[in-house]
Amino acid sequence: MVHFRSIKELVERCEREQKPISEAMIEAEMAVSGRSREAIWNQMAQNLEVMEQAVKRGITEDIRSRSGLSGGAAKKVQEYLARGMFLSGHTVLDAVSKAMAVNEVNAAMGTIVATPTAGAAGVVPGTLFALSEKLEATREQQIRFLFTAGAIGYIIANNAFIAGATGGCQAEVGSATAMAAAAIVEMAGGTPRQSGEAVAIALKNLLGLVCDPVAGLVEAPCVKRNAMGAAVALVAADLALAGVTSVIPPDEVIEAMYRIGASMPRALKETALGGLAATPTGRALAAKIFGRPPAIEPQQTGD
Amino acid sequence: MKYRSVFDIIGPIMIGPSSSHTAGAARIGRTARALFGREPKEVVITFYGSFAQTYRGHGTDVAIVGGILDFDTFDPRIPRALEIAAERGIRVVFRLSDEEAPHPNTARVHLRDGRGSLELVGISIGGGKIEIVELNGFALKLSGNHPALLVLHEDRYGMIAAVSNVLAKHAINIGHMEVSRRERGREALMVIETDQGIPGDAIQEIAAIPHVLAANYVQPV
Ligand code: SF4
Repeated sequence: MVHFRSIKELVERCEREQKPISEAMIEAEMAVSGRSREAIWNQMAQNLEVMEQAVKRGITEDIRSRSGLSGGAAKKVQEYLARGMFLSGHTVLDAVSKAMAVNEVNAAMGTIVATPTAGAAGVVPGTLFALSEKLEATREQQIRFLFTAGAIGYIIANNAFIAGATGGCQAEVGSATAMAAAAIVEMAGGTPRQSGEAVAIALKNLLGLVCDPVAGLVEAPCVKRNAMGAAVALVAADLALAGVTSVIPPDEVIEAMYRIGASMPRALKETALGGLAATPTGRALAAKIFGRPPAIEPQQTGD
Repeated sequence: MKYRSVFDIIGPIMIGPSSSHTAGAARIGRTARALFGREPKEVVITFYGSFAQTYRGHGTDVAIVGGILDFDTFDPRIPRALEIAAERGIRVVFRLSDEEAPHPNTARVHLRDGRGSLELVGISIGGGKIEIVELNGFALKLSGNHPALLVLHEDRYGMIAAVSNVLAKHAINIGHMEVSRRERGREALMVIETDQGIPGDAIQEIAAIPHVLAANYVQPV
């Protein structure tokens, strides 16, 4: 059986066969698609390339979205970092900035890679490129980061959901954060088991997060949710690397996420009918952007 | 297993901001273009449901026109698609409808030039995936995930066998097939999704079958 259905199965296979999660994902992809390792590797390298460009644009250019709801936050944080006086940590804030960079580029109709969706596309590249600087990661390690993240997303997607419209933001930014946390652990030299713990710790802290985009646009609160997702991913990875474990195993956290998402009211699943979208300011912005009061129909689709 | 590939999770590469409202819209436009077979002179697009309400914020308008200009979901020219269409002398009209639609994210695309016209209805079902649900008045279901052959033919016996014989001869496996007609005994449309790409000579052979009126081939977009 090439597929892995659960984090437990994945971790046990990696331990038995003495390989990292990224390698198990590459092998599964080869078996399922019938494509060569080289073809799969190169496709992922191309994704990495696009992510890198998006990060670069977001932290250097003056990005503005069509609606005016987002843009410029990533650059501001880089400038703040450069001034040298900040409270959390350099890698954390760099990851936060780079995650927002991708989302701001996305909102401004730039080119991005959906990871796992367009709305949550910042967390994985944000942490990847911030950490690459700190660890002086090679291109190979960066590509492996994406396979490891993909393996976790693949399990979550097949056992729960990855779109705000189906499971709330916990399914979108929550999944991206869990994916990033596992990949950070592997890049930093941790074990597959520690990656699994990082998944549990990261996802637990985003359980219940609703999807309530202002005016139905993938901007507010999405950009900052990606920022916090990046921070949570790094801290969750640090906890796992320190040897901290989750009381509830990762697969059960994913199952809990599924149950919470299934029982979440429709108003909080990307319909822009509840949460932040339904605040006075949220409604006023929607009216301004669309030139009339928002009678927004439910969107039944991914991000 | 809903998701089979790591690239369903890490991917696709796309122009933002929304996989359903932007990437999906571009794919609907591009499928229309592929079926039309050339650049149109006139384009009329009708948005329904959520497409009608949020198209400006999501760039659904530029994305769908980008698709009609044959741009991929990740083509950086998408944000400028309306200007590019104007430069190329293509007249583009948008209409918003509050009519009931098959899906919240629905678009009707009408392409025209001096030689002919095409009208289709596409829906964006999530994560950038689309379906074409109507073509020139025929109800159908085309996912755009596989190569597909669309054969317009007279509604009479033996047509399905004749077409599938040609495919069998070229060792092409049919994944999904559907025939629809507007009226019995008039014209019918055969939609065949295949596992492999279809070579040009097979398409010509099918187009040459008696009572076949047209054969169109679309690759996954
Ligand atoms: S709030 Fe909704 S649209 Fe925004 S990132 Fe979260 S899931 Fe996506």
